[in-house]
Amino acid sequence: MEKAVVTLDNVSYQYEESDQFALQDVSFDIYEGEWLAIVGHNGSGKSTMAKLLNGLQFPQKGEITVCGLKLNEDTVWKIRALIGMVFQNPDNQFVGTTVQDDVAFGLENHGVERDIMIHRVKDSLEKVKMGQFLNQEPHHLSGGQKQRVAIASVLALRPSIIILDEATSMLDPRGREEVLETVRLLKEEKILTVISITHDLEEAAKADRMIVMNKGQVYCEGTPEEIFSMDEELIRLGLDIPFPVKMGKAFREKGIELSKQYLSEEELVTELWTSYFNK
Amino acid sequence: MDIVLQQVEYRYQAKTPFERIAIQDVSITIPSGVYLAIIGHTGSGKSTVLQHLNALLQPYAGSVSIGDRVIKANQKNKNLKDVRKRVGIVFQFPEHQLFEETVEKDIIFGPMNFGVSEDEAKRRARIALKQVGLQEEILEKSPFELSGGQMRRVAIAGVLAMDPDVIVLDEPTAGLDPRGRKEIMDMFYNLHKERNLSTVLVTHSMEDAARYADQIVIMQQGNVVKQGNPVEIFSEPEHLMKMGLDVPNVVRFQLKLQEKTGMKLDTIYLSIDELSTAVREYIRKDNRL
Repeated sequence: MEKAVVTLDNVSYQYEESDQFALQDVSFDIYEGEWLAIVGHNGSGKSTMAKLLNGLQFPQKGEITVCGLKLNEDTVWKIRALIGMVFQNPDNQFVGTTVQDDVAFGLENHGVERDIMIHRVKDSLEKVKMGQFLNQEPHHLSGGQKQRVAIASVLALRPSIIILDEATSMLDPRGREEVLETVRLLKEEKILTVISITHDLEEAAKADRMIVMNKGQVYCEGTPEEIFSMDEELIRLGLDIPFPVKMGKAFREKGIELSKQYLSEEELVTELWTSYFNK
Repeated sequence: MDIVLQQVEYRYQAKTPFERIAIQDVSITIPSGVYLAIIGHTGSGKSTVLQHLNALLQPYAGSVSIGDRVIKANQKNKNLKDVRKRVGIVFQFPEHQLFEETVEKDIIFGPMNFGVSEDEAKRRARIALKQVGLQEEILEKSPFELSGGQMRRVAIAGVLAMDPDVIVLDEPTAGLDPRGRKEIMDMFYNLHKERNLSTVLVTHSMEDAARYADQIVIMQQGNVVKQGNPVEIFSEPEHLMKMGLDVPNVVRFQLKLQEKTGMKLDTIYLSIDELSTAVREYIRKDNRL
């Protein structure tokens, strides 16, 4: 039985100036050690959810539990120590003049002792493969490197959960791949539970599980295979279909039968090869 | 209006110890009415090139012709207003530049700044608003009450209301969801056709470049490394991949399939539909279907 580290129970939230709910009766669990992708159109409530999860806003209705703690004004500081966030814009999250100062900043705020601090800064930068950049100035780094430093800053605080709020959307393809590779490693080493809020469906296809948001509500949840078999329905929801699924569909429409839907190009190539070429 | 860059070089913080060459020997011709995409990694010099297109930056060496105006290195270039009126730039996250009390005031700010009368500017605002797919009712609202997608459209309308001949787009879909991305890209393509604009798209997206552009320029480390039409550009995909650049999904897929199966198609296909048809024909000819 998987252990839920975060539980949302009938959560609703409405911004003061708005006449509509940004989130309405949202309930789901997030399990320990999983990589959960939350997808949805602009305005579907994804980012509101991120704000609620670390107590930047409190829901008007419903309850959020993080690692057994009910989220409220008394527990918010404890919970923020459990959840780290990486935001969209790599240029908005730097305070230090060097990479290591920047990672140390969060630790200083938490009153961590110097010896421990030095060790943790180095250790977390090595985990994101930025150990060679300790004394670099952050603004000389590429977008992907900046986001990896931001992830290291989060890791240094030893949270249980990391939320990536569209953390790859401003990066070029190479930067995006660097960040995703880092997240994959962290997950494999079972360091963190990863919640990634994203528009990038190729990225979501690599997650363990997906939640699709629509107009402030959970539209559906499932494995990437299950979600992407929804096909055209996803396009109606303002989303898209990953490339291998589109390609496979085109083959089938042209009369090239395939045994299933593939989320990876390699698998699709292999099936074509075994069924049609390797005879 | 043609734009021609000839052997343009630009250095940031020139003649200081921090001098750094941003672009070098860049020659690009953008004929009137063309849709050109400039592709490259962060730091490849794309944005520096972009800022030369309406003389926000002026070359350190070489020259930039914008219509009949020539901007050369090492000379004072005054009265650039006319150039800037004719080349409208939509910067990344243009909604961050909104500042007025109402949508209408925001849209007419640009044209009025270039000497257009208020009545004419308001007339243009209505046309531009319609072209970006927004309703007139929005004119009296504060831009800050709008959704992110609407704000971006208002900002774009502000550039269109200047009635430019050339429109330059710097990653216009960053941060939008897939539907929003497609809507904005289709909108620019329609504007390109309807207004007979020249369009310059600066992007990371090989998909968008392959789909919309007539011409593609690839930049790396401050140099133009390749230019041509999409088929020419992607017909040597291995070369691009060696440079660490992406190719469109469909091109990459064709390569993987050819490598694994030994199939050899005689051309590179840029759409899923074309590729799947070509593969079917290949298999048929081989009597395997």
